[in-house]
Amino acid sequence: MSSDFFFPDPAGQVPSAEGYFGAFGGKFIPEALVAAVDEVAVEYDKAKHDPEFARELNDLLVNYTGRPSSLTEVPRFAAEAGGARIFLKREDLNHTGSHKINNVLGQALLTRRMGKTRVIAETGAGQHGVATATACALFGLDCTIYMGEIDTQRQALNVARMRMLGAEVVAVKSGSRTLKDAINEAFRDWVANVDHTHYLFGTVAGPHPFPAMVRDFHRVIGVEARRQLLERAGRLPDAAVACVGGGSNAIGLFHAFIPDEGVRLIGCEPAGHGIETGEHAATLTAGEPGILHGSRSYVLQDEEGQITEPYSISAGLDYPGIGPEHSYLKDSGRGEYRAVTDDAAMQALRLLSRTEGIIPAIESAHALAGALEVGRELGEDGLIVVNLSGRGDKDMDTAARYFGLYDTDAEVAADQADTAEIEGDAK
Amino acid sequence: MSGNHQLLTDTLAAAKAEGRAALIAYLPAGFPTVDGGIEAIEAVFDGGADVVEVGLPHSDPVLDGPVIQTADDIALRGGVKIADVMRTVREAHRATGKPVLVMTYWNPIDRYGVERFTAELAEAGGAGCILPDLPVQESALWREHAEKHGLATVFVVAPSSKDERLAEITAVGSGFVYAASLMGVTGTRESVGAQAEELVRRTRGTGSGLPVCVGLGVSNATQAAEVAGFADGVIVGSAFVKRMLDAPDHASGIAAVRELAGLLAKGVRGRA
Repeated sequence: MSSDFFFPDPAGQVPSAEGYFGAFGGKFIPEALVAAVDEVAVEYDKAKHDPEFARELNDLLVNYTGRPSSLTEVPRFAAEAGGARIFLKREDLNHTGSHKINNVLGQALLTRRMGKTRVIAETGAGQHGVATATACALFGLDCTIYMGEIDTQRQALNVARMRMLGAEVVAVKSGSRTLKDAINEAFRDWVANVDHTHYLFGTVAGPHPFPAMVRDFHRVIGVEARRQLLERAGRLPDAAVACVGGGSNAIGLFHAFIPDEGVRLIGCEPAGHGIETGEHAATLTAGEPGILHGSRSYVLQDEEGQITEPYSISAGLDYPGIGPEHSYLKDSGRGEYRAVTDDAAMQALRLLSRTEGIIPAIESAHALAGALEVGRELGEDGLIVVNLSGRGDKDMDTAARYFGLYDTDAEVAADQADTAEIEGDAK
Repeated sequence: MSGNHQLLTDTLAAAKAEGRAALIAYLPAGFPTVDGGIEAIEAVFDGGADVVEVGLPHSDPVLDGPVIQTADDIALRGGVKIADVMRTVREAHRATGKPVLVMTYWNPIDRYGVERFTAELAEAGGAGCILPDLPVQESALWREHAEKHGLATVFVVAPSSKDERLAEITAVGSGFVYAASLMGVTGTRESVGAQAEELVRRTRGTGSGLPVCVGLGVSNATQAAEVAGFADGVIVGSAFVKRMLDAPDHASGIAAVRELAGLLAKGVRGRA
């Protein structure tokens, strides 16, 4: 086991000094935030080269988060995937239950180095919010989490966790009342309070340096997985598969494999009710380049640049943008992105639960559904690593309603009627 | 056809020659309807505004507070399009002969096409654009097309802007400089930050000679007079929108914004 869990990108080819990954990225921010964003870039650059920062972060990642995370082979699940071997990178076993803590601890240390006393963050499913609230409790920082009102309802457990940890949770009622609107509100807060507040951004989007910095904090996922696979399977995988909302867990898994040309990098976007219905959040499949939340990337938008409302059963993937490095990987052909419907993800969630005793987050279930497809394409010689980015506890209410797992509940009975077509094989 | 950059410059110079600050009003296009919005702008000019900024409503107005968010929502639900924004500019300018700018987030222009947008805005008689989320470093393409079509590029500066950034911004900006009075989003405030005067002083210190107009938080004649004491122009947005939102019917909304423009116009002439 390495003693080192912080791996800033060694290649340093992208992004450029201006924060561009090819045609994507940059810094499209109001003048009021320029000084603060520049400060983050300068402080991160200093921290990246400071052995004391690496030492502190490593200590937290080992003794607080529980790194390295396990790599679990799932043969009973893989039997449904044409016999390919499938390994899960168990980010769900990290403290707080998802990969989000990797980035949060890094930025919390940075917050302290910048002398700021308050942290704000957006959250969709609540995993980034919980991780941020956790780090703020640990570091004694004031914490405000912005969460779309719809998401506070479908992820009520995580709202309670954040409040238990001492964070203020603000339910955002504007726009589509989901992740995008939570980010808008966090930006409004940041502009007003930037002198003492750090915006602990939760994904690989936003203005430079966030896409590169958040990626660096998550690179550990792929670095560990690559090493673990070489030990366990004796070779590199044919494909690395991850779900993509903003794209942080996916870039974390992919990045260490980018130089390995034989490893396909496959991102699974939320197709919601199906791309053709328009009710989806599959940004790379159905979007066009544009500017959202501080950088140029693919965006779900209309012909006049208005952002369209996304939809996914998964609150964490319900976002009309995507990190710029994914747009770059897509356009360069190094990354492949496919769309997975709500139904396919929920089937994969149940399959993993029943075959392996692991209940994944609905976000991660999109990657599992993608892996089943990829496995069938590769055949029995295939070797796949999937990022199991989070655990499913937070999603039990959604899953119970979807599959009809509650005994008595009139509301649930009504919901069951809506999902009648999958009900039959759910039982 | 060339845009009205020069008209904007001349208008601000004329106010200065009168020994007063200019009054610049903001109203979103399509709010409450396209025609109703045009009527509101004409009323604000009639009340005494020197310049109007027409907002291009956006789905994700991250720099706007609840008042302008609400107006944008109403306009977008009403189906406002960029063509309607252009019509608003054209009719408001044609009816009054005054300079009309557009204020917009960058993505609509990026998506619509910079050349197409600047050509249409110039053709409509627009004077220029304020682009609050397009930093100077990303603005070269826009400026090339804006200059070609005779449109001003108004950049925003903030109390957090360091002197070297103020120099970079004023070196390439045109029309005027929009000085944000405080760190925050749009909306009315009890008082205008003390930071505003200092920011105006530092912005003038770059020696660009561009007029410096102050916005964010100004809602009444007293504040307007105070700001007019140190700035070349006073920008008021949310207070107008709020009058429209609070009015029981459209006609009283129009009367209310005309009245407010009149009070503010007195304010900018009565320097504190």
